[in-house]
Amino acid sequence: MKKLNFHPCGSYKENYFQELAIFQTDFGRFWAVVGLILLFAALPWLSGPYTLYILNMTGIAAIAAIGLNILIGMTGQISLGHGAFIGVGAYAGAVLAVDFSFPFYLSIPAAGLITAMAGMVFGIPSGRLKGLYLTIATLAGQFIIEYVLVHWEGVTRGTMGITLPSPEVLGFQLSGDRSFFYIIFLSLAVLTWAAVNLTRTRHGRAFVAIRDNDRAAEGMGIPVFRYKLLSFGISSFYAGVAGAIWAYYMISVTTEPFNLTLSVEYIAMVIIGGLGSISGSIFGATFITLLNEGLRYMTDWLMNSGGIPGFEINFAPIRELVFGLAIVLFILFEPKGLAEMWRIVKSNFKLWPFSY
Amino acid sequence: MDFFLQLLVNGLSIGFLYGISAMGFVMIFKSSSVLNFAHGEVLALGAFIFLALVVSAGIPVVPAFLLTLCASFALGFIIERLFLRPLIGEPLIEVVMLTVGLASVFKGFMLLVWGGNLHTFPDFLPEWLELNWNTIQVAPVYTASFIAGISFLVIFGLFFKYSSQGIYMRSVADNQTAALSLGVHVKRVFALSWAIAAMVAALSGIILGIMNGINVHELSSIGLKVFPVVILGGLDSIGGAIVGGIIIGLLETFTGGYISTSMRDIVPYMALVVILLVKPYGLFGLVEIERV
Repeated sequence: MKKLNFHPCGSYKENYFQELAIFQTDFGRFWAVVGLILLFAALPWLSGPYTLYILNMTGIAAIAAIGLNILIGMTGQISLGHGAFIGVGAYAGAVLAVDFSFPFYLSIPAAGLITAMAGMVFGIPSGRLKGLYLTIATLAGQFIIEYVLVHWEGVTRGTMGITLPSPEVLGFQLSGDRSFFYIIFLSLAVLTWAAVNLTRTRHGRAFVAIRDNDRAAEGMGIPVFRYKLLSFGISSFYAGVAGAIWAYYMISVTTEPFNLTLSVEYIAMVIIGGLGSISGSIFGATFITLLNEGLRYMTDWLMNSGGIPGFEINFAPIRELVFGLAIVLFILFEPKGLAEMWRIVKSNFKLWPFSY
Repeated sequence: MDFFLQLLVNGLSIGFLYGISAMGFVMIFKSSSVLNFAHGEVLALGAFIFLALVVSAGIPVVPAFLLTLCASFALGFIIERLFLRPLIGEPLIEVVMLTVGLASVFKGFMLLVWGGNLHTFPDFLPEWLELNWNTIQVAPVYTASFIAGISFLVIFGLFFKYSSQGIYMRSVADNQTAALSLGVHVKRVFALSWAIAAMVAALSGIILGIMNGINVHELSSIGLKVFPVVILGGLDSIGGAIVGGIIIGLLETFTGGYISTSMRDIVPYMALVVILLVKPYGLFGLVEIERV
């Protein structure tokens, strides 16, 4: 029997393969498998519809956040247009499903590919621009895509929106939160696996090299522009998949949700979760979704219980305020995000109870 | 022809307002290279402070105006001291996101206090500011904005050229390390530039508020309109902000007048992409040359 290895009391890596391993210990691998089994076998059957809804929204957000983290955290290209790309994915999925009657398992990846192409088009400015100039260019991209979504009425039906059929597999109608749970979390698992492995390939290393110093990367023979475009493409693919699933889940798509606020929300997820960390994106997506739902719950509760006398409570401003505060506090006090907090907790327990 | 002239006048005056709004933004970027996404919110906050002082507290216009300027000066100072100073030297994304977060905080605060409705100032601009040629009318507020813009431009010009603080600010903008080694208090310069920028923002917020009424969403969206303006003018050129503002204002009104009204809001951003691809440092911006 293979000898199981547990957490060593330090870094004893002797070669690159150990450094690149996803699971440093068999312990971690074991818990990952147990976690996945629990996630798919137990969780959807134990939770009620509202919990399932929150889980599903978290899953969708996590897919898109992982995509954005590949772009911002790994490649270092700040994009303020991610919300619009999710919109492109949602509309692509909806149009493919309604006008071309694609089955959902084809239209979701196809929407991802279409969005990837859109993302690469809007990534072209990155050939000449970097840093804050690129950020401003993607901001313009956000507005332009939003405009196109509203005004290209032949395809997107303008402000009317599109209503999607419920997904179908082999004659079975998939509807309800539980079947969507499986669609969403299977995609999330596959895409997380892909993202984690991307960091270990030459492409992932090229991204990191570009992030750390694009000129040095160019000097080492990395075609910087091509990799930047690739990064935009991959990140938009994730956004597109998330958008298409979102469209199926919400049944109808309209243009309103895909505004700058959504883009900002996704950057907040990436930052609060931890830049450059795949698990961080999932933490961040969970945090922001729970924050949104928690605030909604709280304001509802306050309104129903009569509220504070003489003080009208409204959901939108409080959400805005708390959301901004969360971003500011995280940046000031834990700029590496939840992933770093998790790492600190883990490393404290690594040697527990003999910490020295 | 009349239509054309009216559009021209409107474009010029709106553009001028954009220019004034962008001035504070440029000021911050010039001294500390921070891209301030909260600019629109600071601008709106200025307008709301003025509103609170004039309407709720019933203070006469002139002292209320001066008080607003002082309050926003203090606000800018506090923002820099509390939020931006800990981030000196941190990566770009953190600074950008911090200002985005601040924007969200301010917006939420304003919505909580004043709500999302349209408020208006009492009419206090004198009648003689209204100009008329044949069929073309210039509303008093446009004249006021023009006067305010010109006077601020002159004041800034003198401030940067002759006052010691202004010279410090220019030196920091030019070369932070050299300025530091020559004894310039760089942190104070940062704080001062945020304070002045907030003050200018409040001024433009008040003017915009007189013109269109004050509404949180409307005013804070100006903060995003500023981007095409400053990119066109050059991110670190105050005169460029005015020129960029006028060009963007004209572009917007002419598109609105001749092509379609829905294109109006998107045209500045299209222009932005084109400018970024063709001439990323704008008309008057300093071209950064990078060496490895």
